[in-house]
Parts: sequence; structure tokens; C-alpha cells
Amino acid sequence: MKLLTHNMLTSHVKGVMKGYPLLIKATEVKVNEVEFNPQFVSRMIPKLEWTAFVQAADGLGQLNDLPNELVPDYEKNEEFLRKVHRVLLEVEVLEGCLQCPESGREFPISRGVPNMLLNEDET
Amino acid sequence: MCTTSSCTMEKSLGGNVKLVRRTKEEKKLLRKQLKASHTLLKHEGINTASLPTKSLVVANGGLGNGMSREKLLDVLRESGCVESLIMPPNKPYAFVTYGCAEDAQRCHASLNGSQLHCQGQTVTLYLSFVEKVGSESGVCTELPPGLKVLEDFVSAEEEAALLEAIDWTAQSDTVTVQKALKHRRVKHYGYEFRYDNNNVDKDKPLPGGLPQFCDTVLERCLRENHIDATLDQLTINQYEPGQGIPPHVDTHSAFEDTILSLSLGAQTVMDFRHPDGHSVAVVLPRRSLLVMKGESRYLWTHGITPRKFDVVPAGDTVSPGTVTSDPSELTLSRRGTRTSFTFRRVRQTACDCAYPSTCDSQRPPEVPAGSALPQGAEDASRLETQFVHRVYEEIASHFSSTRHSPWPRVTDFLQSLPPGSVLADVGCGNGKYLGIHPDAWAMGCDRSHSLVQICAGRGLQAFVSDALNVPLRSGVCDACISIAVIHHFSTQERRLAAVNELVRLLRPEGRALIYVWALEQEYNKQRSKYLKEKDVGQEESNEPGAEQMKDYNPDYSQEHAGKGDLSARPSEPRLIVHTNRTAFNSQDLLVPWHLKGGAPKASGVSRDSKPSESGSVFHRYYHVFREGELEELCRGVKNITVQTSYYDQGNWCVILQKTL
Repeated sequence: MKLLTHNMLTSHVKGVMKGYPLLIKATEVKVNEVEFNPQFVSRMIPKLEWTAFVQAADGLGQLNDLPNELVPDYEKNEEFLRKVHRVLLEVEVLEGCLQCPESGREFPISRGVPNMLLNEDET
Repeated sequence: MCTTSSCTMEKSLGGNVKLVRRTKEEKKLLRKQLKASHTLLKHEGINTASLPTKSLVVANGGLGNGMSREKLLDVLRESGCVESLIMPPNKPYAFVTYGCAEDAQRCHASLNGSQLHCQGQTVTLYLSFVEKVGSESGVCTELPPGLKVLEDFVSAEEEAALLEAIDWTAQSDTVTVQKALKHRRVKHYGYEFRYDNNNVDKDKPLPGGLPQFCDTVLERCLRENHIDATLDQLTINQYEPGQGIPPHVDTHSAFEDTILSLSLGAQTVMDFRHPDGHSVAVVLPRRSLLVMKGESRYLWTHGITPRKFDVVPAGDTVSPGTVTSDPSELTLSRRGTRTSFTFRRVRQTACDCAYPSTCDSQRPPEVPAGSALPQGAEDASRLETQFVHRVYEEIASHFSSTRHSPWPRVTDFLQSLPPGSVLADVGCGNGKYLGIHPDAWAMGCDRSHSLVQICAGRGLQAFVSDALNVPLRSGVCDACISIAVIHHFSTQERRLAAVNELVRLLRPEGRALIYVWALEQEYNKQRSKYLKEKDVGQEESNEPGAEQMKDYNPDYSQEHAGKGDLSARPSEPRLIVHTNRTAFNSQDLLVPWHLKGGAPKASGVSRDSKPSESGSVFHRYYHVFREGELEELCRGVKNITVQTSYYDQGNWCVILQKTL
């Protein structure tokens, strides 16, 4: 699971009002080099919940100097885009779990795959 | 630099490597093959480097190819000092690291494209430089919970006596039952284990009970507290090298918790697999006792791969436990004749274990064909669990192997998305649509762990979830696709909920493409014309109806000529088993899937009770849509417009757009 995917994931446990963002409890994280595509990164940034993204990166010790606030005119700022690229697309959580912030329900991550299935009584 | 190394190569070549002077054509072929091996490696998540490094991946030089560590090392050492050799279990490649890049280059020059003989066959090695050496074996190193391997449980003398005591010649004695199975020899004591229903006849114990020659072993098990009551069923299996037993969970309702298995005559490697895909290879040394309890007995499958060589830790002594996580320590070991004594206790009451997913006692009652369709959500969910979710889990790898060509019109939709689009494929299967658009962010989800794990293995972003409850933020997607998914929901309410969930994911103006299987498989002759225009390769891409395309009955129109309306259907909806090679005669069906290539991994799913020679049959539930039904369904969804609807390769399809 890359952090871009994480940024879009949420918990829908029955009764939960705001299951976002999911807290990452990682036991194994890998950083894989991915070809840098500044345009792609620029296009993804507006789709992000920035605060959740920074929190997630920080929680994994992969903050990479990302600012708490999104910088203006980031499209032209290659240095910034490279930082975002690294955290967003190169960091991968392989083992651990995602925790619903409201219910505390944990969703296991095994071999990079989050299992978000709910039990019958949770839907 | 290259010239230097090739000079050295000539000198350093030993008897092991066959050097051939290559013609232009051969060089061309080599390049082609090398390219193919790059593609394969990429699928395994191995990235090759364009510039020389200290490390090489040796494709076809893996334990999975029958290459032994010793043999490969011999050849590799001819090019220089080998720092490490990593051979991941069951993989068709190995990684070698030299002390310096020059040695690695020398090795590349001399071995790339060369042929080696191992275990009676010839393999061609393809080498590529890699930056990083894959150390992940994908095999977890701890024993499955509840599993123990006790070394030297019986002495060599006891072993000899036990083996001596089995009378394989008695064909028809009355106290035991003996069968020659396709893959091994087997003898039962106490109760006969029936392979047709994977159970025992509890009211028909065999008269002899357990044989006396086992007394000592059983007493020892009791004394050492491996069991708390004596056992009453014994199965003796004899495996020649090359024989095995398909992965299975011992039927819960047949036997109590603890299962013991004594390995005599030779060691073997038993593969344990968790339903989430984790697998652990466990070495069972000669004269050891395997104790399976709890999770390892109830949830994990175990089996022995039919092969003549096992991957085991290198070294002189074989110790019990897992084939280590350290692939730099593995080699091959030739199998001998192994005889196993499996002791079990027949269960007299229903199983109430904590693992309902693999428990036949706790399985929802079989939905008999011909029964009425589910009424409530609970019924529906039970039906789908048994006839959709479990089946896909079982057939995942075979299913995936028949699903590699994307459908052209789905591809067209994906390619029409602007760069930077966020795409969700809900019910993504093996992920064949996730990599179509190079500049989109594609995420897939599926109910089947096994299928999602296949996606992850291909480096795709995927997670396990239900299509009625997709764990994504509302409005995050520019596009969604739902290909061959919604026809697996067994009530109108659930089909509607599935479309609503797709729409929830879309941003305003976002679009969703939906494909469902059509009742009308021979829709107004356009289709057969369309078929004629297509090459044979299209067949496999006709998900979900791949098999139905082949089974298309050309006589259908003739048979029904004169009956006029093709939509003439039984008035009352009933669940029927679809006969392959016929047209659909109901909208709610159980469609058989003939599993090929290996046995299912767990018992207790909707499978024909008699496993046939060719493999098992599974039934998947489908609600096939009649013309106009999909559009009608979409009319029940708020804030959308249906942009287009069409018929494509036996499916009804819509593209809808969110308005608000």
C-alpha cells in the first residue's frame, strides 16, 4: 500500500461518522524507487487530504521535510514535487495494520495488501 | 572492458558450460528470450539494472527449475569470487553477488544464454544485472500456530519394525481397507476414510481397530501429553518420490482437534498455507512426529507437492521446522520413499471450532438447486458467501490464468480518461485493468484475498473489500469500473446498492462503466457476426463468459425458431444449475467452473462431492441481466444520467455519469 492509496482509504464500520484518516501501524515499510513524473504528482496533489498525508508520512518516519501546509505554485516547484513524489509513491507499507480513528477497529495489512473486509455485524 | 571480460571468459570456461559460437539468428533469438525473461522478472517485482553491478539475477537458475545450489555455485565460481548466492524457494531464478562488478560482468558474458543440465533436463540461463538482491522470500518463517515437529520421536529400530509391520500385500482383509490412489498407496485402520465425501462412516468402524504395532507410539504420545485421549483412526500413506497429496484441511466434522503424523523411511517437505495466502514450507525429518492442533489443524491447509526434489536448508543435518527465511542457505534434496502414519480421533459431535470459514459443521446449509431465490439480505449474503466468495477464493489462480486479455471496449473507456484521473476497479480480479492507463492512479479491490494478492504481486495497488462497502472516501474517483461483478449479487436490492456504492465514489461529472452478463447470449445475430470477425484469442477475454463463448450453442436459434420471443422464461424465478453448452434458461443460475491444474485448497465449499479425474467442479451464482434491466436498475439511482448503454460480447453495459 502506497501513501497515495492510503490517503483515499477510509473506514466504514457501522456507526462510525468519520473513519478518516486511518492510522497506519506499520511493522514493515519499503521504499521502492519509482520514475519521477512531475506532471502526475502535480495532478495528484489537489486530490489529496494534505493534512492526512503529512500525518501519515510523519507516522512512518518518512516526512522528508514535507511542510504542514501545501505550498503555493507547487506545479513549478520541482524540489517540492520530488519530495511529494517520494513519500506519495515510493514509500510502501508491507506489513502492519490500519486503524479506524473512531472505532479502533484494526484492518490488517499483509504483504502490502490491506484487508478492509467488515464482519457482518459491522455493516 | 567487454573485450577483456570475454577473453577471460574463454579461459575460465570449465566443463560445465557449453559454449556455442552463435549465429546472427541465434543472437537475435537470445535477445528476444532475454526480453521475455525481463518481462517475467518484472512480474516478480525484480527490476534489472542497465549498467553492470556486482549482482546478477540468474533466470532459469532457480530451485524452481530443479537447479541445485551446488551445481549453480560450481558454474558461478568459474567467473570469480561469489560473495552470496540466494535461491528463493520454488522460484525459477537465483541471485548471485560477486566481490566486484568485473567478476559479475565476466559471469554475465560467459553464462548468459548458456545451457546447463540439471535433473535430466537442459535449461538456458539468462542473466541480468540487478541493483538490489531480492531477499524477500515471501515465506514467513514461523511455524503455523499450533504446529509442532518433534524430532527423533521413534528410534531407527522402531521405525524398521513399524515399516515391517505394514502388510501391503493383503488386498482384501477384513480389518483394514487398502486403496491404490492415483498418487500414493494408502491403508486405513479403525475407520475407513472415504475420498468421495472426505469423511468417515462413523457407524461403520473397521473390526480390527488400530493395530497393536502402534501401541508404543500412541502410549508415548499420551504420556508426553500430545494427546489427552487415545486415537481411533489410522491412515498409512506411502509416497514414492514424485508423489504427493493435494493441499487440504482435514474435514472438521470428521476428526477431533489433534492430528498426529509420523514420518518414516524418508524426510519430506510439507507446505502449509493460510487462507490469506501466507505459506510456510515445513521440513518433516525422517522419524519425526508432526503434531497439528488448533489453527494449524483447522484453518491452514497442508499438502505435499508432487516432486522428486525438495528445497531444504543446505548443510549436513536436516533439522525440523520451516524451510528457513534465508534463501542463501537453501538447496535441493532428493526424496526417498516416505511412509506416514497419520493418527486421528473420529469426531462424534459437530465441530464448534473458532474457524467457521473452513468448518463444514458451521457452514450454512447447502442451497439446493431448484430452491427459491433468497428473499432477505441475510439469505442473499449467505448464498453469495457460498456460491461466489468461497468459490473465487478456491479457483483464484486458475481463474486468473484465463483472464489476461483486457476487453477492447473496457480498454477504450479507460484510455478515454484524462491524465491524472483517479480510478477504482471494484471487483478487480487479477488486476488486468489496473495497468491500462499509464497516467491514471488506479486502485483495485476484490472480495477474494487470493486474487488481490495476485494484483499485489504484480505491483498494483489493491485491497480486499466488498463491493457494497468500498473503503474509499466519497467523491474521490474520477472514474469507476465494475466489470462482471454486479451479476453476482442475488437480490435486486443488493444489485442496486452495488451501483449506488460506485456512484458514491465518483466526483460530480465522474463516470462509471458497468458490465454484467447478459441472458441473451445470442442477441440478434449481430453477435455471431461479431464473433466471426474476431480471432480465436478473443475467447479467453470474454469474462465472465469465457467458457460460455466456447460453449455457445449454434443450434440454439434453430431449436427456438418458431417459439418467437427469446425472452420466454419460466415465470417463477428459481435457482438452477446451468448446463454448459446450452443457452441460459433462467436468470438466476449456478454456473459450473471446472477447476484445472491442482486441487482446491480447502474442503468445505460448494464442490461436487466426487472429485473427477480432471479436477473439481465449483458453482458460481449469477443473475444474468435481460435486455433493458441494467438501465432500469440505474433509473433507481439518484444523481446520475446514463450516457450510453450497449451490448458487448454477451454482456449488457452502461456508462453513467454523476450529475451532482
